[in-house]
Amino acid sequence: MLAQLGDDAKLLAGGQSLIPLMKLRFANPAHLVDLNFISGTSYIKEDSGTLYFGALTRHAEIEASGAAAKIPILHDCAAGIADVQVRNRGTIGGSLAEADPSGDWATVLFTLSTEVRCLATNGERTVSLSDFIKDAYTTALVHDELVSEVAMKMPAKGSGGAYLAFKRSAPVYPTASAAVQLTMDDDVCKDAAIALGCVGLVPIRATDAESALRGRALTEKTIKGAAEAAQAVADPQSDMRGSADYKRTLVGALVKRAIEIAVRRACGEQVEVGHIYA
Amino acid sequence: MSDSIENIPIQVTVNGKPYSRKVEPRKLLVELLREDLDLTGTHVGCDTTYCGACTVLMNGAAVKSCTMFAVQADGAEILTVEGLEQNGELHPIQKAFGDCYGLQCGYCTPGLMLSTLQLLVRSKQPNEKEMRKAIAGNTCRCTGYQNILKAIQVAAQNMKGA
Repeated sequence: MLAQLGDDAKLLAGGQSLIPLMKLRFANPAHLVDLNFISGTSYIKEDSGTLYFGALTRHAEIEASGAAAKIPILHDCAAGIADVQVRNRGTIGGSLAEADPSGDWATVLFTLSTEVRCLATNGERTVSLSDFIKDAYTTALVHDELVSEVAMKMPAKGSGGAYLAFKRSAPVYPTASAAVQLTMDDDVCKDAAIALGCVGLVPIRATDAESALRGRALTEKTIKGAAEAAQAVADPQSDMRGSADYKRTLVGALVKRAIEIAVRRACGEQVEVGHIYA
Repeated sequence: MSDSIENIPIQVTVNGKPYSRKVEPRKLLVELLREDLDLTGTHVGCDTTYCGACTVLMNGAAVKSCTMFAVQADGAEILTVEGLEQNGELHPIQKAFGDCYGLQCGYCTPGLMLSTLQLLVRSKQPNEKEMRKAIAGNTCRCTGYQNILKAIQVAAQNMKGA
């Protein structure tokens, strides 16, 4: 259908971003193709170390899933997106395809080697998430392609993650967010992945912050250094949610806290976190 | 453009009653409920997916009916505030909101009661955190929420007995 309708067509998944954008006339597609009536597009499957999400898997389904119980960073994300009503409709595939700079999933999945399966009339291809998200609201999808599946590597043993987003209230997008995934060997950090959300046109991998942790014992000083390195790569814009300076300071604090929680989780501790409200 | 678009036939069950209608594809679910079916208990507050005044249950799940097209409800079961009362008896949630003064102007109340219903169907004895999370998508500008939380607690008690 997309191939026939051409560039003016848009796909409708959960609609929790697209419909508000259409009401504001920021999106004005001539054709909307509703994907919700296609069966078999909502699932969570685990196979040899990879977790597969059907594109139309709702945030609420992920929140309540066994996968989220096992991988707390997924629960942090799914359970914190907007509110109950939005989570009942919104989908993981839609969130990635929308590529909103303030979206939650892309930031979290940047820390978990994720691939996006793109389906077109003449075949399919798999794109790494970092190549998939090209710019704000811009993805690698061509006009007759859609996201069919999201594949995420299961974190290694001894790995723990945390996602923290700071919001003014539940239904709004976060002001800033940070996702951290750490693999620990006793006190020493073997591997680290850190991504920042809402402080750039796309989620930002804080690679200097990651190197500041890798191979080191995670003392207060090391963690502080990583948070500062993360702040340095943040590229926020001033808007109604806060000034650029405020967001840069905020994202540093979120990274610090997320590292602390990720360490505790990597050591097997159960830590419950939710999005933080102003 | 719009005059070339055909109306689409849908069948939807609202508060147990089946309806067949032909609707414009761009019509929102809340517009179908209010304008076509005359069920004006579901309110439009912000119309931007924020306030939750338009919350209804679709197949048991709370949704914002201003952020769905009516055609997407084809084949679905919708519950609105008008469907809470049974045989002239207020639903325990309605009674609790009244008894606890869980409302002032009442504009947000239909949405809040349906969010409460989703919560209490899934969790018989929610703690305060679960209650707050369940109504985080419903904005009330009068009450300050304290009496709403009391009402949810009382409703949970009363529904356990039922």
